[in-house]
Amino acid sequence: MFTIRCPYCGERDQSEFSNGGEAHVARPKDPEQISDREWSEYVFIRANPKGIYYERWVHTHGCKKWFNAVRNTSTDEILKVYKMGEAPPPLKGFKNTIKTPSGEPDVGSGNFSVKKP
Amino acid sequence: MKKKYSIYSLVKNSLSDNQNWKKMWRNPEPRKFYDVIIVGGGGHGLGTAYYLAKEHGLKNIAVIEKGWLGGGNTGRNTTIIRSNYLWDESAHLYEHSLKLWESLSSELNYNIMFSQRGVLNLAHNEHDVKEIRRRVSANKLNGIDSEWVDPHQIKKLVPIMNTENCRYPVLGASYQPRAGVARHDAVAWGYAMRADELGVDIIQNCEVKKIRTAKGKVQGVETSKGFIRSNRVGVVASGHTSVLAATAGIKLPLQSKALQALVSEPIKPVINTVVMSNAVHAYVSQSDKGELVIGAGTDGYNSYTQRGGYNIIEDTIRAIVELYPIFGKMKMLRQWGGIVDITPDASPILSKCEVEGLYFNCGWGTGGFKATPGSANVFAHTIAKNKAHKINAPFSVDRFVSGRLVDEHGAAAVAH
Repeated sequence: MFTIRCPYCGERDQSEFSNGGEAHVARPKDPEQISDREWSEYVFIRANPKGIYYERWVHTHGCKKWFNAVRNTSTDEILKVYKMGEAPPPLKGFKNTIKTPSGEPDVGSGNFSVKKP
Repeated sequence: MKKKYSIYSLVKNSLSDNQNWKKMWRNPEPRKFYDVIIVGGGGHGLGTAYYLAKEHGLKNIAVIEKGWLGGGNTGRNTTIIRSNYLWDESAHLYEHSLKLWESLSSELNYNIMFSQRGVLNLAHNEHDVKEIRRRVSANKLNGIDSEWVDPHQIKKLVPIMNTENCRYPVLGASYQPRAGVARHDAVAWGYAMRADELGVDIIQNCEVKKIRTAKGKVQGVETSKGFIRSNRVGVVASGHTSVLAATAGIKLPLQSKALQALVSEPIKPVINTVVMSNAVHAYVSQSDKGELVIGAGTDGYNSYTQRGGYNIIEDTIRAIVELYPIFGKMKMLRQWGGIVDITPDASPILSKCEVEGLYFNCGWGTGGFKATPGSANVFAHTIAKNKAHKINAPFSVDRFVSGRLVDEHGAAAVAH
């Protein structure tokens, strides 16, 4: 649970918003030409990283406007919020402190984000 | 040496103050090469190793786990086991599993505390009634014990349920008497012990960092204890499957979300079956310790934080209290989250992939525990023969290209 800064209304509780999944997924330009496998990628496959990625949110119980965000899925930190139509900020500009692919300590299991002091 | 548990061993060990019980499995250092590597030491992974060794005669197998055995979703679920799924493909898979559950304690000589106390799936509106009656009929055609029960019969089974004076009255339910619950940790431990006896190396606290491939074939895995070579790698990593698949350049149709559960303070026996409700999103059973085991929903966004939002718990508790007013003053003891990997059709993926020798057992989403023995059994077959068992053939990852989905959103007990 966290708060999100809606670019129109300001900071509100996450439960006021609905998530729209990965952002900047472009519809194929030539839908009749592409293969079933390419269609499958467009319809079913979305990024699912443990780390920083672009996603869409809508302020369902507020202004009802859509916007984009950059969030770290291993800590739930929202690093940047920007309006629809604005260019996505490069992900390289955000510091990712995760060392291992799973985002956890080298040895052992557990909740990385909670363990952080 | 085979460790056998019996009344005799209990008495013998109690005489020595329980100080001489043998370790249940070894703690070996990894070898340089294995015939098969299983990534993920939960129930599904350990079970796969067990069936590979037992039914397919493979000797040189490793299970690699980044934490401790059963520390992921195997130890985080609400332990419900049932097979009343709508479509033939799922019904065969989950019924195969339920049949294995029924003999698992004796097969492993380890008490997994499988208790067939039945499950009720409640209907709260006209649509629910039609949908559930349809599912009951489909189950019967697949030879699964499932019946329609009316509110009067539900009251007899669960006297504490408020079926009438609530916002969404209970209009009936499906009832599967052979369904039930089991001790989730014991499932992992039982499989681990017997797999270890058959020579499987269980390597804990060792994280797989990368699946190494070359020329379309799997070469092995890079771990925190170095590179381990193998021609066959089975990935059974639930919520983290996407992360591992990405290291081999494979994209899977999975989204990882936090799913929560919680338990109450222990009370005397008050509910002796499992009750699930899709419409109001609440499910509850009572553990042998007396705690109410309550399952909540998934968060509406991708996350790997193993926590989950507080508003999700509030929604579930609101529904629970409405259905069982008697629980209104109870206190909740613990809450936790697990990361589940959800597919677009809410059915699992048990499949080969474009990389030769790399297999995936994933996408169990919000309900994988019930499938543990069945999933492990057919996945072992898939790895050993390099070919899907007829039960898991419909669960190939290629279904997302062919369009032949197994849409179980409706038959899942609760919507997530």
